[in-house]
Amino acid sequence: MAALDFEKPITELEGKIAELRNMTSSKDFSIAEEINRLESKAEKLKVSTYNKLTPAQKILVARHSERPHFLDYVKGMITDFTPLAGDRQFGEDNALVGGLGRFQGQSVVVMGQEKGHDTETRIHHNFGMAKPEGYRKAIRLMEMASQFQLPVLSFIDTAGAYPGVEAEARGQAEAIAQSIDSCLRLRTPMISVVIGEGGSGGAIAIATADRVYMMEHSIYSVISPEGCASILWRSAQQAEEAATALKLTAQDLKNLKLIDAIIPEPLGGAHRDPSEAISSVATQIEKGLSELSPWDSERLIKRRQQKYLAMGRV
Amino acid sequence: MNWLTNLIRPKIRSIVGPKDVPDNLWQKCSSCEGMLFHRDLAENMNVCNHCGHHLKISVAERLDLLFDGAYKRVDVPSVPQDPLKFKDKKKYTDRLKEAQAKTGEKDAIIVAEGEIGGMPVVVAAFNFDFMGGSMGAAVGEGIVRAAETAVARNAALLAIPASGGARMQEGMISLIQLPRSVIAVRMVKDSGLPYIVLLTDPTTGGVSASFAMLGDIHIAEPGCMIGFAGKRVIEETIREQLPPGFQTAEYLKDHGMVDIVVPRKDLKETLSRILNLLMNRTGGLRPKGKIGNASPGKVTNANGALFGGQNRSSFAPHTTTVNQVDPANDRPELKESARVTASQK
Ligand SMILES: [Zn+2]
Repeated sequence: MAALDFEKPITELEGKIAELRNMTSSKDFSIAEEINRLESKAEKLKVSTYNKLTPAQKILVARHSERPHFLDYVKGMITDFTPLAGDRQFGEDNALVGGLGRFQGQSVVVMGQEKGHDTETRIHHNFGMAKPEGYRKAIRLMEMASQFQLPVLSFIDTAGAYPGVEAEARGQAEAIAQSIDSCLRLRTPMISVVIGEGGSGGAIAIATADRVYMMEHSIYSVISPEGCASILWRSAQQAEEAATALKLTAQDLKNLKLIDAIIPEPLGGAHRDPSEAISSVATQIEKGLSELSPWDSERLIKRRQQKYLAMGRV
Repeated sequence: MNWLTNLIRPKIRSIVGPKDVPDNLWQKCSSCEGMLFHRDLAENMNVCNHCGHHLKISVAERLDLLFDGAYKRVDVPSVPQDPLKFKDKKKYTDRLKEAQAKTGEKDAIIVAEGEIGGMPVVVAAFNFDFMGGSMGAAVGEGIVRAAETAVARNAALLAIPASGGARMQEGMISLIQLPRSVIAVRMVKDSGLPYIVLLTDPTTGGVSASFAMLGDIHIAEPGCMIGFAGKRVIEETIREQLPPGFQTAEYLKDHGMVDIVVPRKDLKETLSRILNLLMNRTGGLRPKGKIGNASPGKVTNANGALFGGQNRSSFAPHTTTVNQVDPANDRPELKESARVTASQK
């Protein structure tokens, strides 16, 4: 597993433990004791490291290449997943994947940005950066959800909407604006989970929901700390400082009452135990859906709007 | 300081004396670099008389230009300042104070109500001089208040963005202004009232990706910059060559995102005509059956949808009292005939 810089002391300890294990062919009591000692030390170090991750360190964890991505969550908690393609206007966008499926027996619409896990899939999914056709597909899926009374689950993991000439030509801004409007008009419950990176307008386009949850080490921001630093500090070197100032961690955003709950991650981050991470997310989604059911569409829409109108007012 | 301030002004000063020379007597067109005399510029609505380039115009001048006559400022409720306690090289609170001192305004939005072409209109105009017109909680609140006022007055909503996008110093608080502003325009649309956007230079980032691209009608000033991603981001990150005229009003019109590009001198006439077409519809032709009342003007208690009440959202703004419309309560022609005469004067 690729170790992040701040994880080095942990991986060093883990290396030592592995070495000791290899050395002991016989049952050497003192070595076994040493292994025990080191293991508990490694555990403590993991706890202390991950309990006080700085915002900049959380960004590294949130963007970790081995972190479970959207399709891993689909595989882990959605049965009968049936991906649906295309915006019926221009094309298909593999950066924003969506379709029908079942969550614990209930038919749902599920969608999210997929970053990919190796060079080939990353390119195929355009690194999770959607174009207008991606957001227009999301709108189509949300309309389908309203028509067939299906709750919507969205998973957020994107650096942002794709900043390219063609995306602009086809109305990236309009597509995002309409997608936000579609979220707000959706006649069924919507739950959004920031599983990795929530990058600005490209994220909130499919995350204006009745319940918004964030993974413990995920981030959600109006601008990337790198971008913010280069504009306000006039140097990308200050990204760490910007990361802190922007208050983009799940903990900060819960304090600001902008999200509804934080989903705990396995010790050392979701990438260390993806199946545990996925099951924690499923548990939280189940809780959210049961809070929102049964639903009255008009009341649901009204409450969703009131929730956003109340945000940041006091 | 450019060569002009260094050379010409001292010369003029030597002729007329220092007190009579305002700082902005001459300025250079940012497009053709032609010299512009302040009086010509003012007469020409801040449009370059050499090349037709539309220079920025103050919000006060803009409102004077558009409203029929007097207009009334609408108070925007205050919001918590500096929710993040943000500090970069400078404290956000200091930046706010500077911008407030510079503009004499609380934040980057001004809400006003009055009439355009005889039609009641609430305007939400951005002040680019206030931190680049960036959208934080105060601006979002302004849009919400403008929408609520429009609904309460049965008036059209006219948004005039001039903004670089979200207010970074408010972090995620600024991002949630995207859905908040979308909710605001939805209130107006659900009431059957026109929502018009006058796109001015620049309209980018989070502002373009929310209320600014959801108008019933999009009007843009010639040459103004409209887009989601910044040119620099596109060039540097993606390394794509930008086509000529990229992200201009004309480019957006060609790509189906803007209805009309209108020179500043024709804006008032165009807006008046459109507002009358949408709000002053009397021609004797009506849909069959009961209709609500989306007709404008003094009918302050009517919030009916255009064709009956069945599509109305149950949403009610939190501060203004909105009378529920009884779909069975047909308020037909009412004051429409009176309106016609008023507007035909
Ligand atoms: Zn010029």
